[in-house]
Amino acid sequence: MAIFIKNGAKDANYISAKESRRISKENRKITNGYEKKRNRKVIPKAEYVTKMKNPNNVVEFDNLHTYFFSDVGVVKSVNGVSFDIPKGKTVGVVGESGCGKSVTSLSLMQLVQRPQGQVVEGAIRFNTGNEVVDVTKMPTAKMQKLRGNKLSMIFQEPMTSLNPVFRIGLQVDEVIALHYPQMNKEDIKKRTIEMLELVGIANSEGVYKMYPHELSGGMRQRVMIAMGLACDPELIIADEPTTALDVTIQAQILDLLRDLKVRINSSIMLITHDLGVIAEMADYVVVMYAGRIVEKGTVAEIFSNPCHPYTIGLMNSKPAVGKKVGRLYSIPGKVPNPINMPDYCYFKDRCEMCLEVCAGIYPELVQLSPTHFVSCYRHYDIFREEDKG
Amino acid sequence: MADNIIEVKHLKKYFPIKSGPLGKRKGTVKAVDDVSFTIKKGTTMGLVGESGCGKSTTGRTILRLLDKTEGEVLFYEKEVHSLHKKELRELRTKMQIIFQDPYSSLSPRLPVGEIIGEAVKEHNLVPKDKYEEHLNRIMLSCGLQVYHKDRYPHEFSGGQRQRICIARALALNPEFIVCDEPVSALDVSIQAQIINLLEDLQAEYGLTYLFISHDLSVVEHICDTVGVMYLGGLVEMGSTEDIFSNPLHPYTKALFSAIPVPDPLAKLNRIVLKGNIPSPANPPKGCKFHTRCRECMEICKTKAPNEKNMGNGHMVSCHLYDK
Ligand SMILES: Nc1ncnc2c1ncn2[C@@H]1O[C@H](COP(=O)(O)OP(=O)(O)OP(=O)(O)O)[C@@H](O)[C@H]1O
Ligand SMILES: Nc1ncnc2c1ncn2[C@@H]1O[C@H](COP(=O)(O)OP(=O)(O)O)[C@@H](O)[C@H]1O
Ligand code: SF4
Ligand code: SF4
Ligand SMILES: [Mg+2]
Ligand SMILES: [Mg+2]
Repeated sequence: MAIFIKNGAKDANYISAKESRRISKENRKITNGYEKKRNRKVIPKAEYVTKMKNPNNVVEFDNLHTYFFSDVGVVKSVNGVSFDIPKGKTVGVVGESGCGKSVTSLSLMQLVQRPQGQVVEGAIRFNTGNEVVDVTKMPTAKMQKLRGNKLSMIFQEPMTSLNPVFRIGLQVDEVIALHYPQMNKEDIKKRTIEMLELVGIANSEGVYKMYPHELSGGMRQRVMIAMGLACDPELIIADEPTTALDVTIQAQILDLLRDLKVRINSSIMLITHDLGVIAEMADYVVVMYAGRIVEKGTVAEIFSNPCHPYTIGLMNSKPAVGKKVGRLYSIPGKVPNPINMPDYCYFKDRCEMCLEVCAGIYPELVQLSPTHFVSCYRHYDIFREEDKG
Repeated sequence: MADNIIEVKHLKKYFPIKSGPLGKRKGTVKAVDDVSFTIKKGTTMGLVGESGCGKSTTGRTILRLLDKTEGEVLFYEKEVHSLHKKELRELRTKMQIIFQDPYSSLSPRLPVGEIIGEAVKEHNLVPKDKYEEHLNRIMLSCGLQVYHKDRYPHEFSGGQRQRICIARALALNPEFIVCDEPVSALDVSIQAQIINLLEDLQAEYGLTYLFISHDLSVVEHICDTVGVMYLGGLVEMGSTEDIFSNPLHPYTKALFSAIPVPDPLAKLNRIVLKGNIPSPANPPKGCKFHTRCRECMEICKTKAPNEKNMGNGHMVSCHLYDK
């Protein structure tokens, strides 16, 4: 830890006002370029209609790079991320706060804060059912239609996503009206009540007339889920959907999500830092560290055979009920400064299994099984041998 | 008993509900309603339960940050709520609190050294010539560097800010610390560092903790005894081993079964509690848990269960254990 503070503070975190102005001017030039391209009046379909690599996937993230052009430098929040979300499956994304989980999902919805946030490279292919589009190149207006229609989102803090001054019923009605413009008022209300019941709200007629502050956190989250499901989404993106809730209410919401997934046959991208939630919900797991994927695989592979030192450290640092240990393992040090990433393995300065080769370039992903990948020199064939011997 | 540092007897804390700031009293929230327990010196007691069940209110009333409504809070056999100003001032240094949110509980305008040492100076806890030495020692034992003194809170990460909060509490040489969700806002890897720190400090200074958390795995790790709260009351209490290996109260069982286990092969055998927590302004009659209990019997709807000792200080309040 001391090492980080010594060279972190003076060199990387402080820049002069003059330097900051220069950076900000340069940033504007870059982001203006991206914005101009996006705001063209006509964007030919050929630019964004594409094909899936594997038709069984709903989403394919392909070498995604999402950067923020901030006044202190470029933050590479997502720095070359590739993974697939297969149809009808749940993919869990784990990692420490700030590792880029949310920015990955925001990129998929085209909700990254612009103009400073930009997808600078890569593609996100999304199978809408009718056609396959590259979300990163979709015109903004077209994307709006897709959002909430084929994609639905559930966020951590349901209070901030519900409007406090409108009744619950009105807010759900509005979403339904948007998706089914031909429906009349009565049918819309009927559908809203149906949706509220679907997500397990017992007193749905009563809740219809309530304001958000009259509901508990768990009930607000149910309302958010009801709104998300008002259409029949191909993909549900749930960003820390239960983090703000009690374990008992969390259990209810997770049950609900599992149940709904089967019923409407959609896929789920589940973002959380709780390994327990991942183990319970996910079919596949993606472990992110400092904007990159360090390991991915099936849930069984990740939990029974974690291979990246970061994944292993993460698993060991969480106490588990019924497994008493004397002292908790804690990963030394902290995440590197996002503006000044090293060119070697990002985890090296905290890694306790470091080899000599680790000082070299950032390690490529190595394939350990058809589904299991890890980005670490320890798992390169040649070094594995050396390690054993 | 001399080895009890804290004794809480039939503690009650009610809040009035008013309609508007000057409005009439509409009712009462029974945030803490007849809670009794003791904490032995040098041990950690955990307090668990769903949001709003009264954990923080219990902690704050013990520290007299809130006035009690009824009952007793004894610190070394002295009633905390009847101390005079001077005694209370002294007590304030002996009993400390650490909060969940290390961001909002630090003044942004003071350098870290001032934050940690402010109250030490105010209370004249150490002679002037020993002050720097004291500060340095506390900072080092909390995993901070001496040169951090001149930095400001915003320059620190969440985990480091929590270390600053802990150092601020520790600088007053306290004997008892209420830790109100001290790691809930932190990442797993940082949580482990802070938990280890709290354990090290306990060993070094013989501290006693009341550890409030909704994360049961953390509670099992750090606590010697555990109390389970529901709607203002303790429904079960005992040694950590007893509570975790042999939970008796239907609510405790449900709470434990709700924890996601980081093992995809673990069989889900979950008791899902239906419905939400009833309002503490209007708790159910009889056993307060009966509206959600799957073992509810006729008697539970009308008669509140008494606390029973099931041996080894394992206390439970539930009619299932009526003889
Ligand atoms: N100042 C107050 N005025 C009125 N009601 C209050 C006040 N403080 C707390 N309460 C109520 O007392 C009850 C217990 O609150 P408390 O903060 O102790 O819960 P908790 O168990 O710490 O919950 P959490 O896990 O959410 O922190 C709640 O119903 C709360 O709304
Ligand atoms: N609007 C923004 N402007 C600048 N940087 C941002 C913005 N949003 C996120 N970031 C940065 O991107 C990185 C990843 O953030 P995020 O995806 O939110 O992390 P998490 O994994 O916790 O969801 C962080 O370093 C964060 O500070
Ligand atoms: S590549 Fe080397 S430094 Fe990086 S995680 Fe693997 S062993 Fe550790
Ligand atoms: S007293 Fe009755 S309602 Fe209450 S917990 Fe026991 S069995 Fe359930
Ligand atoms: Mg996030
Ligand atoms: Mg609280």
